[in-house]
Amino acid sequence: MAGFRLRRPHSVERCDGPVIHFDNVTKTYPNQSRPALENVTIDVEKGEFVFLVGPSGSGKSTFLRLILKEEKPTDGKIHVAGKDLARLTNWKVPYLRRRIGCVFQDFRLLPNKNVYQNVAFALQVIGKPRRFIRKVVPEVVDLVGLEGKHERMPDELSGGEQQRVAMARAFVNRPMILLADEPTGNIDPATSIGIMKVLDRINRTGTTVVMATHDAAIVDSMRKRVIELEYGKVVRDQSRGVYGQAY
Amino acid sequence: MRAQFVFQEVWTGLRRNLTMTVALVVVVAISLSLLGTGLLFVKQVDNTRTYWQGRVQLSIYLCTATSVSPQCKANGPATETQRNSIYHDLTSLRSQGVEAVYYESQSRAFQRFKQDFAQDRSFSSLVTQNEIPDSFQVKLRNAETDYPVVAGAVQGRAGVDNIVNVESILSNFYKLLDGARNAVIVVAIILVIAAILLVANTIRLSAFNRRRETSIMRLVGASNFYVQLPFLLEGIIAGLFGWLLAAGLLIAVKTLGLDTLQQYFPYNVQLSLADLIEVIVLAMVIGVVLCGVTSFLTLRRYLRA
Repeated sequence: MAGFRLRRPHSVERCDGPVIHFDNVTKTYPNQSRPALENVTIDVEKGEFVFLVGPSGSGKSTFLRLILKEEKPTDGKIHVAGKDLARLTNWKVPYLRRRIGCVFQDFRLLPNKNVYQNVAFALQVIGKPRRFIRKVVPEVVDLVGLEGKHERMPDELSGGEQQRVAMARAFVNRPMILLADEPTGNIDPATSIGIMKVLDRINRTGTTVVMATHDAAIVDSMRKRVIELEYGKVVRDQSRGVYGQAY
Repeated sequence: MRAQFVFQEVWTGLRRNLTMTVALVVVVAISLSLLGTGLLFVKQVDNTRTYWQGRVQLSIYLCTATSVSPQCKANGPATETQRNSIYHDLTSLRSQGVEAVYYESQSRAFQRFKQDFAQDRSFSSLVTQNEIPDSFQVKLRNAETDYPVVAGAVQGRAGVDNIVNVESILSNFYKLLDGARNAVIVVAIILVIAAILLVANTIRLSAFNRRRETSIMRLVGASNFYVQLPFLLEGIIAGLFGWLLAAGLLIAVKTLGLDTLQQYFPYNVQLSLADLIEVIVLAMVIGVVLCGVTSFLTLRRYLRA
């Protein structure tokens, strides 16, 4: 079907300027005295790999939710993929989220669908045709290292494998950004390394990765950009950083 | 938008919620049937009214040899002169509301009597032609206002047995039908409210049961419409099943109920197939709109967009 290929090949989209731009952003949840994020200004360029570290309650999850527009900032501007989120209407938000993949600590797979169906679900709900799904899903499932396990149900998989399925689902639509909220939180250290390898592979295709984590060993071993939050404020922004201060 | 995927989700939703779906279908069916029955009643009454509109409103019965009223016993059966004089006076009242006057002879009346009571031979065979009075059938322009004038002119005259105000008999009958119709409609409205609440609850429960799927759908960037569509369709499809049941019940009401009553009336005021179809289609529209709108509004409230 040569004529079919007139569209852009399925790859990461182009965007000039930082893919994530936070400009003096403050977020205070109602009924809370201290802001979850305070005067945060961060730029993340395309293709970067960023670790977001800090103790519980330091604002890491809030940061990620603001990118998805699951929350709105109390103050400040947020630009994602060049678009000002404040000016994004409600019905356009789904289209923003299609360019962002998400991975969570609790995997969030559908328990009564197998590996293939879980990944395909992400494409089905945005209306992709079956032919497309049948071509793309196996590629991605193989990419995350689950060849031959297409028919397994989530409860037949280990924690590490389930997280790989989640990553396949997050990546299958070739998003611009991949957000990971403590992806290795429920996984043993040895398996975590495998997970990080997959994330690295994804990052190498050009996808920007922002990962919130407590896992000091991983942060130290990968030497990527580290942004440290404490009580909602950015206290450190270091390229090729480590988890804690080297005292 | 992939139809097959959507319908798969709808089917899953309906199955998981089976008890509530069945309850919903039943309530919709009953409420639509009652509404439809009320409408059928209305149509039936209208048909009857229309029939009588063109007929006489006033019957003046003349004395026969066997009449029992005092003036007839005193004066005997109506004579030819008396008849002519009554006829003359009635026609001269044209300006006061008389539209037409028909004379029905005893033989004609006897024929009609035998025809009307054809089902009850034991009764009709006891009566002879002499006992059936002849009459003047008067059609009035305006039944209510003209009746007293015309009746007053003929009341108590020699030869007149009694005057029957056909209209007042009918109006009692209409009151009865109207009362039945109103009762049916009140109950129908109560059930419609119950149906609305039940649809809202069923959709809410369905959305709650599928919150894992819907949260992932929203995370992955499914448009709001796509997320809500399966639930909307669930509500509408359940409503359509309810309507099918209601349609069946309405057909039964018409054929087994109203049409069999027809045999008690000598004139034909049976509802046509077109009437029945009209009521059934109206029921479908009401059912679908009710379920659709309620589902939509419930989703707006409980499925955070």
